[in-house]
Amino acid sequence: MAETAISPRGYLLVAGLLMLLLVATVGVAMLPLGPFGLVVAMAIAGTKAALVALYFMHLRFSTPLMRVFAAAGLLWLLIAMTLTLADYLTRAEPMIGEVMR
Amino acid sequence: MGMREAEAAFQFDDLDQQRETAGLGMWTFLVTEVMFFGGLFGAYIIYRMAYPEAFAAASHHLYMWIGAINTGILLGSSLTMAMAVHAAAHAHRRQLVGYLAGTAGLGAVFLVLKGVEYALDIHDRIVPGVNFHAEAFAAFPDRAEMFFVIYFIMTGLHALHVTIGVGVIVVLALMAKRGWFSARNHNAVEMTGLYWHFVDIVWIFLFPLLYLIT
Repeated sequence: MAETAISPRGYLLVAGLLMLLLVATVGVAMLPLGPFGLVVAMAIAGTKAALVALYFMHLRFSTPLMRVFAAAGLLWLLIAMTLTLADYLTRAEPMIGEVMR
Repeated sequence: MGMREAEAAFQFDDLDQQRETAGLGMWTFLVTEVMFFGGLFGAYIIYRMAYPEAFAAASHHLYMWIGAINTGILLGSSLTMAMAVHAAAHAHRRQLVGYLAGTAGLGAVFLVLKGVEYALDIHDRIVPGVNFHAEAFAAFPDRAEMFFVIYFIMTGLHALHVTIGVGVIVVLALMAKRGWFSARNHNAVEMTGLYWHFVDIVWIFLFPLLYLIT
């Protein structure tokens, strides 16, 4: 069964990786990376999320059907965000109708 | 000391099918939660793209170290939750209870730190609609205030999810203590684990997006 596929040592290893990535998150924020900093921060966050989803949530050892359900959430979010951004990013200035102070 | 064995409910062929069904159901719920938080992340993205300097300035007023420590706490709590599910699958009742209690405890620590942080935020007068003082953001008062609206709503909603999770986990620990779960049937523990890991994942993204804008 999926839940017994990972040993406690495996979980500890994943947790250790997660903590390292957390240190990296804070460290990267202190570097002068400009706009690239956001890309790196999201890449690190995405890696952490993937580790939690694949190992703590057992997706790595689940049935394909389960993985489809999980992926559907991500896909639908991407669809919604893409369509929303397609609207906002293709507007003439200003990006938001009523410009705030 | 033995746990109670269980049979699959009548509509299922066997316990494996019952467990798979529970998992699909919980993942469906988590998909709705992804969309729920996703909408708020969408709002954050739009406003940050429109007002980058205001958001960076406002972000600096958050207590980054509290956020960082809280991130570590939640990551640790996901570890203890995974250990709890593992213990349940191997019928180690005392470990199961212990790990569930540990997870709930870490969740409670997260909430305490969050409360301390909110108290500091109130003292700093950056709470929109309550005592927001715009002097620190003279160049862009309303834009900065918008950041804090998003900050309080997103972290508040997340904290509500953590609170509910802690409550459920405490109940699970009590049930586990009384032998409700067996190695072959402990779906409630595993499904709660999925929920808890999801709440952790939301925070994994919230922390850098809210606290680390440069």
